[in-house]
Amino acid sequence: METKTTESSQELLQSAAKDAPKVAEDGRWKQVNRTMRLNGYAPHALIETLHAVQESFGYLDIEALKYVSEQLKLPRSLVYGAATFYHFFSLKPAGEHTCVVCMGTACYIAGVPKILDAIQQSYSVSPGETTADNKISILTARCIGSCGLSPAAVFDGEVAGKLTPDAVLDKLGRWVVS
Amino acid sequence: MNLEDLISITKTEKEKASQFKHSILICVAAGCVSCQSLQVKDALVKEVKSRGLESEIQVKGVGCLGLCTVAPLMVIEPSGVMYKAVTPEDAKDVIDSIGKAPVKRLECDGQSSFFKRQEKIVLENCGVIDPERIEDYIAAGGYQALYKALQDASPNKIIDEITKSGLRGRGGGGFPTGIKWQAVAKADNAIKYVVCNADEGDPGAFMDRSVLESDPHRVIEGMLLSGYAVGAQIAYVYIRAEYPLAIKRLKIALQQAERNGLLGDNIFDTPFSFSIKIRLGAGAFVCGEETALLASIEGGRGTPRPRPPFPAESGLWGYPTLINNVETFANVPPIIAKGGAWFAGIGTEKSKGTKVFALAGRINNTGLIEVPMGTKLRDIVFDIGGGIPGGKKYKAVQTGGPSGGCIPEQHLDMSVDYESLAAVGSIMGSGGMIVMDETSCMVDVAKFFIEFTMSESCGKCIPCRVGTAQIYSILCRITDGSGEISDIEKLEELCDVVKHASLCGLGMTAPNPVMSTLKYFRNEYLEHINQKTCPAGVCAMKKAKEVKHA
Repeated sequence: METKTTESSQELLQSAAKDAPKVAEDGRWKQVNRTMRLNGYAPHALIETLHAVQESFGYLDIEALKYVSEQLKLPRSLVYGAATFYHFFSLKPAGEHTCVVCMGTACYIAGVPKILDAIQQSYSVSPGETTADNKISILTARCIGSCGLSPAAVFDGEVAGKLTPDAVLDKLGRWVVS
Repeated sequence: MNLEDLISITKTEKEKASQFKHSILICVAAGCVSCQSLQVKDALVKEVKSRGLESEIQVKGVGCLGLCTVAPLMVIEPSGVMYKAVTPEDAKDVIDSIGKAPVKRLECDGQSSFFKRQEKIVLENCGVIDPERIEDYIAAGGYQALYKALQDASPNKIIDEITKSGLRGRGGGGFPTGIKWQAVAKADNAIKYVVCNADEGDPGAFMDRSVLESDPHRVIEGMLLSGYAVGAQIAYVYIRAEYPLAIKRLKIALQQAERNGLLGDNIFDTPFSFSIKIRLGAGAFVCGEETALLASIEGGRGTPRPRPPFPAESGLWGYPTLINNVETFANVPPIIAKGGAWFAGIGTEKSKGTKVFALAGRINNTGLIEVPMGTKLRDIVFDIGGGIPGGKKYKAVQTGGPSGGCIPEQHLDMSVDYESLAAVGSIMGSGGMIVMDETSCMVDVAKFFIEFTMSESCGKCIPCRVGTAQIYSILCRITDGSGEISDIEKLEELCDVVKHASLCGLGMTAPNPVMSTLKYFRNEYLEHINQKTCPAGVCAMKKAKEVKHA
């Protein structure tokens, strides 16, 4: 995974240089700039700003991290450090649909490992990966707080509980067809 | 806003409510929402409208009603009839039944032990008020405690009441809240901060989420009272980004409080000014530790630092900072309203008041409960919780998340309070209770938690970073069939080192799940090692099988 990141960082660095003027034109930066402005471009706005980037773009790419580090006048190492420290931030673009499987204690003992096995068998993806056709990303969460309905997962932002491997495969199957 | 306004809002709300003959209260907290409660609510509103009953029947979204296992839940007042697992298609039957006999197939027994044995302080408004309306909170007596405090009581008097109440931190540590407040109040600095820890990171715990989704103003009022008591003007709520609904409701509540002059300058026409900002967490368990949380609010990686200095002296940006958890703040308004002595009358000698628990795992009634401190564990699991489903046998209850331990059958009759839980090798934690039956393998459970703390370790101190990884690799060996008898001794030694040499609470408590399972379920470890079998049939024991086949 390490080497992958480096390769893609290289690519992104090159494309970032090419696309730099786009920052001003791309409307998605509006929310990011607004967040920094509201916080007076203070260094402590870093995490809030990264949240804004992820919300606008779906993930954090090197271009965005460079931009944030310049705007907040923070060393790139610090920005990269924060972006990789927190699980919520993703440095890779997600697929068309995302399925976040809860790995909390209640979900775990209620059979999440079986659900992940079933997904692996049907789609050959493990947590953190996206299917080859870029349709589905499988992620895991530490706990989404829906322990009363374990095992639970979030399908494109919607929580579903009391899942079985079959129920999950059924839901994923609908995405593949659509 | 002043007292007259509070009284007049209360009066208007009560008058408005009295115009309706019936009220349908439907849970719109996250658990029920994921079971389509919003669609059910819409269907009910439509049904009421189509029959022209808008002036008679009110349909209101309320916070958590507790029994998540049969979500979505609703209750009809004043009859008190409860319905469970309602679908939008049931709307017609529900409206038909109002004022008549209840619909049998949907009925949920509101008189069962699950509801009757609870004692609600923190959750008293949950399932009663609309969490998105400040008027509802005010009509339920909200912000009166703040008014009373600002008008009649000195900050010292407030701290005295909290000290007298015996309230202890509900986030896990159990530190006396009064002493914490006193320390921040004493700090000599013009700038002080209040921080509400809503980074509920324990897997299996959802108390704080439910409180914020069901009664956000209660937490805001608690924070206001603490700010007045310690002399702080600015506060932050550090909340998990994984809780979108709680964030949304909290934002709405903050806006409403600002608009009504309950946040901002000169609250209730007094010199007291206070503002609250939201900071989103980003999924790091270690940020539940207070110094790591502060580092995260300051915008960096959430790594803890040694204490002292404690945040009460040097916290956010070096200023004195009071940090309490959501449930602790939610306990404050009733203590100020009813007095510390009232609160101290509930619970045990050293653990006062009530505690909210999230019941989950292999138990019939999963959901949210609030019971007096000192309630017997057996009563929580078998009476309120309704026991183990499918006629399976109880094995353990896990409290305190990755920092806690597993409590076996022989301790079921213990009283649930801070000291008793510590005595059996677990902790109170934030209140998650995961029940396990014979289908759970305790070595696998220990491995699950160590995998969690290993990947959540921030990496700053070596005992935690390396120690948890070593413990994990030994547990992997044991669960794949290649464990040796000497591994047990190694585990015990490693646990001891990690416990005593780690920098922060995460590392110090990380070995608890392993130590408690080694203590109470040693046989399971031995069976994995000696017989190369997993008694619960959970572990794959791949290595052992390979050897057999070869």
